[in-house]
Amino acid sequence: MEKESLREAYARALISLGEKDERVVVLDADLSTSTKTAKFGEKFPDRFFNIGISEQNMMGVASGLALSGKIVFASSFAVFASGRAWDQVRQSICYNEVNVKIVATHGGITVGEDGATHQSNEDIALMRILPNMKVIVPADSIETEQVIKKVYEEEGPFYVRLSREKFPVLYKDSDYRFEVGKYDVLKDGSDGVIFAIGREVYESLLAAKELEKEGFSLAVVNSSSVKPLDKELIYKYAKKFGKIIVAEEHQKIGGLGAAISEFLSEEIPVIIKKIGVDNIFGFSGKANDLLRYFKLDSEGIYKTIKSWYKI
Amino acid sequence: MYLSNFTSDAKVEKGAYSEELIEKLKRKARKVRIEIVKSIYKAQSGHPGGSLSATDILVALFFYKMHFHPKDLHWKDRDLFVLSKGHGVPALYGVFSELGIIKEEELSHLRQVGSILQGHPDRLKTPGIEASTGSLGQGLSIALGMALSIRLNKSNRKVYVMMGDGEMQEGQIWEAMLKAGNEKLDNLVGIIDYNGIQLDGMVKKIDDLAPLKDKCKAFKWETVEIDGHNFDEILWALDEADKNKGKPFMIIAHTIKGKGVSFMENNPAFHGKAPNEEQYKQALKELGATE
Ligand SMILES: Cc1ncc(C[n+]2csc(CCOP(=O)(O)OP(=O)(O)O)c2C)c(N)n1
Repeated sequence: MEKESLREAYARALISLGEKDERVVVLDADLSTSTKTAKFGEKFPDRFFNIGISEQNMMGVASGLALSGKIVFASSFAVFASGRAWDQVRQSICYNEVNVKIVATHGGITVGEDGATHQSNEDIALMRILPNMKVIVPADSIETEQVIKKVYEEEGPFYVRLSREKFPVLYKDSDYRFEVGKYDVLKDGSDGVIFAIGREVYESLLAAKELEKEGFSLAVVNSSSVKPLDKELIYKYAKKFGKIIVAEEHQKIGGLGAAISEFLSEEIPVIIKKIGVDNIFGFSGKANDLLRYFKLDSEGIYKTIKSWYKI
Repeated sequence: MYLSNFTSDAKVEKGAYSEELIEKLKRKARKVRIEIVKSIYKAQSGHPGGSLSATDILVALFFYKMHFHPKDLHWKDRDLFVLSKGHGVPALYGVFSELGIIKEEELSHLRQVGSILQGHPDRLKTPGIEASTGSLGQGLSIALGMALSIRLNKSNRKVYVMMGDGEMQEGQIWEAMLKAGNEKLDNLVGIIDYNGIQLDGMVKKIDDLAPLKDKCKAFKWETVEIDGHNFDEILWALDEADKNKGKPFMIIAHTIKGKGVSFMENNPAFHGKAPNEEQYKQALKELGATE
């Protein structure tokens, strides 16, 4: 399957937004060659600010620019954008309710070789708890471009989580339109459902294919809008199956699975199997080896589901 | 009474500012101080010390220097003010009341449920507030972003931001100091309310800032030190900031925490404590107010 970088897609989308709207400005904190915002900087040097290795200052500057009429994209690695500058995101951005889009790359365990300090498995929890903040995790490059354009159109703070790894391309540009708070059922199923985000969408599709061979029909839902949730669709499947599965490259505590649990537990009794990182830090390794170790690859998902359903 | 000796940089020419103007500013400042004491007493909560030390500077900014329209707060060419030391906001509310931006009556609802006057500045609840602040250390970055936006728009608006001296201990301040200096943002004016006291006690004892002027200069800020309760000097510094080119401008304003109320002056106990009834009456008397 063809693979494409989400970060490159981000840069493409930024440049096209920059071309049509003078108000678009981009900030980075000395990771622009990694996050790819440098490409915007080459094209629009006046509207690109490398703030230096000072994520807290970057979030404040982003707020000030937005308060003065700009539409601001601010990028860094997910671990720093969410963690190092959390209070600044909370107060300068969310409480001020400003038009700042934090686009964080290098989310999840697949950051790989850099190890635990750089693997962000807590960012979704940190960001989704904030009032006024919306949280989006695209599943491929096509969706990334659409998400960037959508968060540009919608007023207010967003946190978009991208990955370091290239992702298999799931969508064609012509046949999919991302909407905030709406999920995409990539494959329907009659025996069970898995809600997945990011890389886990593709891994879930592969797992579903294997399970299909054994007569188990699993629906796979790309749940890129972590906040707000697509409550209608989640409820529909929860009611239909009575148990659901969630897969994410994130701590089970506080992630998408937790968000879905919070919602469903007030609505309907359902058992929720969470596939994610279980209250531990990661470590160095190749992205795929780490996915395997944490049972976040297709085989891990397949085995978890098999044993859970006693197939 | 001053905490430290310093040499003022102010070179005020005789007659530069009319007596009439200075008297007007003094009157306004006295009114604002009374409103600070009243509103904090009524709320039985708030930060009188840092509000009173900041009063004269805020009065000078809003009644002398800044371009804005109290009746058209969103005027696109207005200057901007960010109160980075957000806990000093009762002083700003007092100024807003004097300007007619908020009703004087509102002041008696400070810090109460449903009030438009929050414990710390809230741009979505209070007219005239440009940025919500309260977590110390964040306002300078916000002001820096505003100044960048204004420069991108090729506009000559100015951004003023006030910080506390204790607040200068926050790392983020120095991130922003560094960037603003390197960006040569001469539309950005910082003011440090150098009252020498933070929450727990003396800044000097807890984590000294000296030599503060040298530090600001080393970060490529044009820097002047003045008496933050002398209107001639405050106006001089604000006018100097206009003349300054190619660098951000820092005004280190030496002030007295609790200024105007004898028992609050230089008294860390009144950093974040409301006066009791007896103290309240005494304070109003000293400020020449009738209840
Ligand atoms: C990040 C942060 N830490 C702690 C506080 C609590 N706090 C409120 S005021 C204050 C002292 C501020 O001292 P200074 O900046 O000197 O202000 P001033 O003396 O002018 O009141 C502290 C520690 C806060 N508001 N924000």
